Amino acid sequence: MRTNPKTPTLLLGITLIVSVFMIAPIGLSVLAGLLNNYSTGIKSGLTTRWLMEVLDVYGSTVGWSLMLGLLCVLGNLLIGVPCAYALARSPSRAARLFEELLTLPVAVPGLATALALILTYGHMRDFRQSFAFILVGHMVFTLPFMVRTVSSAFQRHELLAIDEAARTLGASFIQRFIGVLVPAVLPAIVAGSLMVFTLSVGEFNLTWMLHTPLTRTLPVGLADSYASMRIEIGSAYTLVFLLVILTVLWGLQAIGQLIEKHHGT
Amino acid sequence: MEPESIYPRTHIQITDCAKTYADGTRALQPTTLTVEPGEVLALLGPSGCGKTTLLRIIAGLETPDAGSQILFGDTDVTRLPVEQRGIGMVFQHYALFPQMSVAANIGYGLKIRGVDGAERDRAVGELVDLVRLNGLEHKRPAELSGGQRQRVALARAVAVRPKVLLLDEPLTALDAKLKESLRDELAELLRRLHITSVYVTHDQQEALAIADRLAVMQSGHIVQVGDGEALYRTPAHPFVATFLGRVNRLERTVADRAGHTVSIGGLTLACPAAWAHQSALLVRPEDIEVGSCAVGWGQAVVIQRSFLGDRVQLTLSLSDQAQLRADVARDHAAQLGDSVGIRINPERLMPSHESSKP
Repeated sequence: MRTNPKTPTLLLGITLIVSVFMIAPIGLSVLAGLLNNYSTGIKSGLTTRWLMEVLDVYGSTVGWSLMLGLLCVLGNLLIGVPCAYALARSPSRAARLFEELLTLPVAVPGLATALALILTYGHMRDFRQSFAFILVGHMVFTLPFMVRTVSSAFQRHELLAIDEAARTLGASFIQRFIGVLVPAVLPAIVAGSLMVFTLSVGEFNLTWMLHTPLTRTLPVGLADSYASMRIEIGSAYTLVFLLVILTVLWGLQAIGQLIEKHHGT
Repeated sequence: MEPESIYPRTHIQITDCAKTYADGTRALQPTTLTVEPGEVLALLGPSGCGKTTLLRIIAGLETPDAGSQILFGDTDVTRLPVEQRGIGMVFQHYALFPQMSVAANIGYGLKIRGVDGAERDRAVGELVDLVRLNGLEHKRPAELSGGQRQRVALARAVAVRPKVLLLDEPLTALDAKLKESLRDELAELLRRLHITSVYVTHDQQEALAIADRLAVMQSGHIVQVGDGEALYRTPAHPFVATFLGRVNRLERTVADRAGHTVSIGGLTLACPAAWAHQSALLVRPEDIEVGSCAVGWGQAVVIQRSFLGDRVQLTLSLSDQAQLRADVARDHAAQLGDSVGIRINPERLMPSHESSKP
């Protein structure tokens, strides 16, 4: 295929325009959080005052969100990975139905899922008022992502073969599962964990229904600040959110890559 | 201690083993087979003949139908799960544990058996020497070549000193040249280890090179069992003749059958009494003698000549038979279009039906 010499310039132009269109709102939002006064614009001068105020009022939401994300990953590892294995190995129709059922919370609006949780467990006061309630909501929402990712890894033909190889060598189910199968699908588990963590930290609509004034996560706090604070504070909060999430994600991705490199498949 | 003496030599007795899948497909007809202690037996046949099913039943990875029985020595293992059968198995695509080093792969079975670290290291070291993987102990499978991976798989399987070693087309995933060298290496290794082994393959060369005896299988049946040479020279079943090497088919007329003869290019050969009533006979390309036209020789014309390096393959056209393939020596004089004389030693003729039929 011949390419017109003008094509690269044209493509570059389009790419630049689209990029600017998408990045500008982020840049502007971040800038707004650093301005003394948004309505007077840049000449009002830059400040970290709003950032400080955000950390003062909403600082705890950062920690809680990260903690929830980590617990959510942990819960997914404990429940989702064995579940993925069971689904991958089960030939029954019921297993396929269950898999569909598991995916429902992704399609059903979070509000509906949350309402169902509140209706069923809302009367358990201590549970309702703790972060555990939000954690359960996040688990329901993120589980299919972990299960699907890991299940398809377990279904690979090589996995069946190494399972059989370990059996011929005398390994019991637990020995095979922990010593051979899980390590063999580790890259998929890492990918699933990253996805679960990201989804949990950013989850808003389910969390918004489940939270109490004492159990607020980052996105819920963000909504609160947009609704009740100056625009500069809301924007500064966005900046905090971006800084936290980018740092953590890059860190996790680096760890993921390290594991995959060591894994060497 | 020499590696030769540490492996148990198990007698395998398979009696009426059959396998029917849930959908009613019969993968294996009731089969009876004996593997002698220390023997390497090849299950040879085309894909879908039931050879892998039989191997997996011996391993315990498939459950045979009711009424089947498998004995390892005096122990009935028919209902014993694979984990407790004490077998070693080598898989077609290696099935190595990807996240483990070569040494950890080889030592896995010993670790499962609770062998302590120092003893395990010693055993793994011996096996690394045995399969010549020195220096690669800490590599992971992904960093090895196909041949090296298959050696790791073999070392891993024999590390646990299995009662029985089962190999499922272990060389299939390798390219032709490597396959041949690894085949000879494997044959030599199996002789040295002297473990009772069952070797599944669809490649007759491989089976001939590696096994002491061959069981040729076709559509769920064992057709014939014997040593490779006997099967090749005197197959009792036409499937064995066609699968183990190549054959030509010689048709016989009513007159031929009445006179106990077979005709090739005008030459009338006496037919061995045992196959006198067969409507056709088989002959291998290397058993057709090609010379000059003379009395006592049949007439044929060379219609194709292919130089194959170690030999020349001629396609011959005859007046009274379909085209025949003949293998002649590399320096044979016959050229394309030549009229040549042919003859066959009647003892080299083989039956085209099962010999038990009249």
